[in-house]
Amino acid sequence: MTEIVNYIIGFFLLAGGFLSLVASFGVLRLPDVYTRNHAASKSATLGIMCILLGTFLYFYIVHGIFNSKVLLAIVFIFVTAPVGGHLIARAAYHSGAKLWDKSVRDDLKDKEKYDRQHS
Amino acid sequence: MKTNDVILQTVTKVTVFIIILFSLRLFFSGHYTPGGGFIGGLMTAGALVLLLLAFDLKTVANILPIDYKIVTAIGLLFAIGTAAGALLFNVPFLTHAFDYFTLPILGKTSLHTAVLFDTGVYLVVVGVTMTIIQTIGVSD
Repeated sequence: MTEIVNYIIGFFLLAGGFLSLVASFGVLRLPDVYTRNHAASKSATLGIMCILLGTFLYFYIVHGIFNSKVLLAIVFIFVTAPVGGHLIARAAYHSGAKLWDKSVRDDLKDKEKYDRQHS
Repeated sequence: MKTNDVILQTVTKVTVFIIILFSLRLFFSGHYTPGGGFIGGLMTAGALVLLLLAFDLKTVANILPIDYKIVTAIGLLFAIGTAAGALLFNVPFLTHAFDYFTLPILGKTSLHTAVLFDTGVYLVVVGVTMTIIQTIGVSD
């Protein structure tokens, strides 16, 4: 029983660490603000949630401590981290950060032009 | 161009309650686990700052019509009152006392006068932080 649980906890911790590593590689290697933001906000969120879930399982099953703060932290990160990413990307767009030169579509630019013509 | 803050405002409405509940938990658990008046007050102030970020100063003043300078004063009064209350029982200034009480729902609970002192710290921290941030915020 405990041996299987140890493997599950280890899997969550390693998966979280791997996803955080993937997020940092994405931030380093992707070409513009929006793709980097995509990597950072998505992969890092899931990575941290995996690490926290592993921590929660470790304390609950191995030590018998039900730590509700960790569950609250998982919910909180799941709710707030994507909003943080959204706000950073929107602030970058409105302050004029360029898209990658190989991107083909920018619907938000068309929308702003449309708004200017019809107001 | 008028920006649309609906995502930020909706998430703020949900998360402010989580932050305030967690700050109260930190405040009340300060005697036996990490936490206490200072960190609880800072986190409550953080929740109020999140409200200020998502909405504007006037809306937040409508939701919470509180003068934070008075909150600071009440907090100092709590601290001084707890400390001076010890003098009534013929013991030195700032002597605390505790006892076990049987409360209706909670059962046997130990109540400590240090919680009143901590309430003072909590109110002072909330009041000072919010005064600083609102004073900086209205400078336009």
